[in-house]
Amino acid sequence: MLQALADGILTGSIIALGAIGLTLTMGILRFANFAHAELITWGAYMALGVLAITGVFAGPIGPFSFGLPLILATLVAAVLTAALALVVDYLVFRPLRSHTNHMTVVFSSFGVSLLVRMVILLIFGGSAEYYSDELQIAVRLMPGLRVMPDHLFTLGLTLVIVIALHFFLQRTRLGLSMRALAENPDLVRINGIDTRTVVRWTWIIGAALAAVAGVLYGMTVQLRPEIGFQLLLPLFAAAILGGVGNVFGAVVGGLIVGLAESFSVLFIPAGYKMAVPFIILLAVLYVRPSGLFGGMRGGAK
Amino acid sequence: MSGYIAYLVFFLIVALTYSIVVMGLNLQWGFTGLFNAGVVGFFAIGAYGTAVLTGPDRAELIGGFGLPFPVGVIGGMILSTLAALVVGLATLRLREEYLAISTFGIAISIQLVALNFDTLTGGAQGLTGIPRPLFATFGSPGAYNLFYLGLVATVAAVVYFGLQAALHSPWGRLLKAIREDETAAASLGKNPAMVRLQAFVLGSTLMGLAGGLYVGFIGYVSPMDFLPILTFQIWAMLIVGGSGNNRGAIVGAVGVWALWTMSGFAISRLLPVEYQSQGGAIQVIIIGLLIVLTLLFRPRGLIGEAQSVSRHVS
Amino acid sequence: MTTALLQVSDITAGYRPDLPILHGVSVSVSEAEMVTIIGPNGAGKSTLVKAIAGLVPISSGTVSVAGSNVTNLLTHKLATASIAYVPQTANVFTTLTIDENLKLGASTLSKAEGARRIAMAYDNFPVLQKYRSHKAKVLSGGQRQTLAVARALLTEPRLLMLDEPSAGLSPLMVSEVFERLKSLVSTGVAILMVEQNVKAALAISDRTYVLAEGRNRIDGPSSELAGDSQVATIYLGAGGRKR
Ligand SMILES: Nc1ncnc2c1ncn2[C@@H]1O[C@H](COP(=O)(O)OP(=O)(O)OP(=O)(O)O)[C@@H](O)[C@H]1O
Ligand SMILES: [Mg+2]
Repeated sequence: MLQALADGILTGSIIALGAIGLTLTMGILRFANFAHAELITWGAYMALGVLAITGVFAGPIGPFSFGLPLILATLVAAVLTAALALVVDYLVFRPLRSHTNHMTVVFSSFGVSLLVRMVILLIFGGSAEYYSDELQIAVRLMPGLRVMPDHLFTLGLTLVIVIALHFFLQRTRLGLSMRALAENPDLVRINGIDTRTVVRWTWIIGAALAAVAGVLYGMTVQLRPEIGFQLLLPLFAAAILGGVGNVFGAVVGGLIVGLAESFSVLFIPAGYKMAVPFIILLAVLYVRPSGLFGGMRGGAK
Repeated sequence: MSGYIAYLVFFLIVALTYSIVVMGLNLQWGFTGLFNAGVVGFFAIGAYGTAVLTGPDRAELIGGFGLPFPVGVIGGMILSTLAALVVGLATLRLREEYLAISTFGIAISIQLVALNFDTLTGGAQGLTGIPRPLFATFGSPGAYNLFYLGLVATVAAVVYFGLQAALHSPWGRLLKAIREDETAAASLGKNPAMVRLQAFVLGSTLMGLAGGLYVGFIGYVSPMDFLPILTFQIWAMLIVGGSGNNRGAIVGAVGVWALWTMSGFAISRLLPVEYQSQGGAIQVIIIGLLIVLTLLFRPRGLIGEAQSVSRHVS
Repeated sequence: MTTALLQVSDITAGYRPDLPILHGVSVSVSEAEMVTIIGPNGAGKSTLVKAIAGLVPISSGTVSVAGSNVTNLLTHKLATASIAYVPQTANVFTTLTIDENLKLGASTLSKAEGARRIAMAYDNFPVLQKYRSHKAKVLSGGQRQTLAVARALLTEPRLLMLDEPSAGLSPLMVSEVFERLKSLVSTGVAILMVEQNVKAALAISDRTYVLAEGRNRIDGPSSELAGDSQVATIYLGAGGRKR
């Protein structure tokens, strides 16, 4: 039980990190980006690539499995992921945004997700990769509960990022413009703000968060080109459960989805674990489509 | 029959089966603007439903009712309809994205059921030995395949003309009115969500029908036949053929399936064994590029008629 | 008053290239002048101000402000062109607080200057002060209109464009709003205002344009149009059922 709780919180915090980026772009840019999950994969692999190329090896810090190189690699990966998001937005989403059916953009993101996944597969191959072959010693917190130091780090980092993001959205001009953009883009322009800049920053932040989520996922599980694809449904479920555009909501949603997945194995065969987010998603859509905490915009049209 | 012709028959049976899926998707996207991201799920339900209903009885399995093929296909279609209702009722009153996300989810869930519910679906092995309708009547596999091609072509033609008739009926005009001005249609007392639900469910039912035909032809089902990539392939067929255009849907199905098989041949011939898995990736990249580039540069499709029926081709 | 502050010359504009809504409309507004645009529903009044604001593409004709060409202006450069615009609907951010709405309106200014002008706005509109940390969705229609105007004035525009500022207001509120606009004009701000309230509009504005079916119909000094029977005919003739 306790172990399921700990595992659930770990998976949940990774889902939460990914879902924050997704909920931001979904709320502010007003479209469900199916390629968001591939930003996560891309970020994870870019960090791997940076580690491989630089080949710097410094010992791990303290009880963690990673050291300075991975932290630097994550920063580089965040930049490269933001770059990918901006390029895709410029080449694909921006030209399609003027279409009368805005689902065209959503659909194009579906196509983009396939392309990015396959490019990663081409470059890095399909087999599982790891950032480090250091063996980590689990810490026993209490009887029946062992956690990896890395996992605690993941949880802590998620909390720090959420709080920082909250202050950013509430206190800065750019954050304010983002929230305004979610409600009414024309009025933002009328207020003298160039929405293109705001859109760009939204991509940068969403993509950077995706990269961090990718590295953390790769650190705690393993790296495969499909990790993003497998995370996509949990991310959507978490974002919608928490209310689209609602950052705190995404975190709570992520934790709920993570916990539900890990507790589900007590009741149903483990093979069905991946369907749990879908059940949650359906339940939310039937019962409370605006999410637990309401979004920047409601669930209704 | 020479090998090439036999292969051509085989190829056309599969392509025309897919063309029925594409027409179902066209009803959803091309004529109604609904994004179904889990096409393969509805196709798979039809296939598994048919397999379970028509398959031979086996002790370790739940299914195997040995029912006649048409009954099996209809059963599969009903199951696809029900699945479409589950996601459609949840989402069609909400933001359009939610339908996309839910269909994506149901496809993944169906894949899990196919893989894990061994006693119903045969798990990773799948279900084998599904009777092929009227197989005994024909002397040779070649003759049988010709018959089956005729069957699939007939069904595809019925679906095509049925859809054309529906689109020109009052219901089709209502669909068009809602697409063009939802508020105006709603103010006339029509319920747009209801009409969209009908289009979505009917499209999914057609996907189930295609699934049943597919099983009848190959005689087994396994999860490997219903991978997520199939959703992308079907989408590529629709987009390339030109969405909002049923003739284009058929042409797109044949064209993209030809491209897929030929690129597969080329890769298996030309690439050294150690690069074969990358070859698969290249094949998929072609599909992805087809979708994205067509959307960007030829929104009316590559080979479909130029006339615009869809609102996506403004 | 030799060159007009705003000169709209013969513009054609619409939401889709194949379907123009405005067919060669011309309007001019001089410094410190109050001009109203009236016309039946669907005449294209809102479309006209949106086109000036760069929200609807103009396919021919020109718009200039103080002599410089601002046709198809990028909307976020309105403030730079000394124009402020209050749309007919959705003219405040309901999910943001009053204070945040004003902060957004001041985003082209330096932080210090923005804060100074927001403080002034609170002085001028005490009702906003009272609700400053509430979400704008709690405001009544009239209060929202006040917030929208206060927001628009933050950039100290030379031209203020208002789309039906009196819509949904009680008669008492309407005259209050119009009084306030008049005093604004007396400080040198020009106003281009779309109105449905024909009588009140003709009473307070300097000049009036009547638009119908996307075309100029009549224009002239408001005092002259007030007695013009044609104005009424256009309203009735074009199927308008408004006051
Ligand atoms: N966003 C839009 N897209 C397409 N057509 C529009 C849009 N907004 C308005 N129209 C059309 O443009 C025409 C003029 O509308 P407009 O809003 O300019 O009228 P108006 O004179 O402001 O009317 P009202 O007095 O009702 O506000 C109408 O026929 C309307 O249907
Ligand atoms: Mg108007």
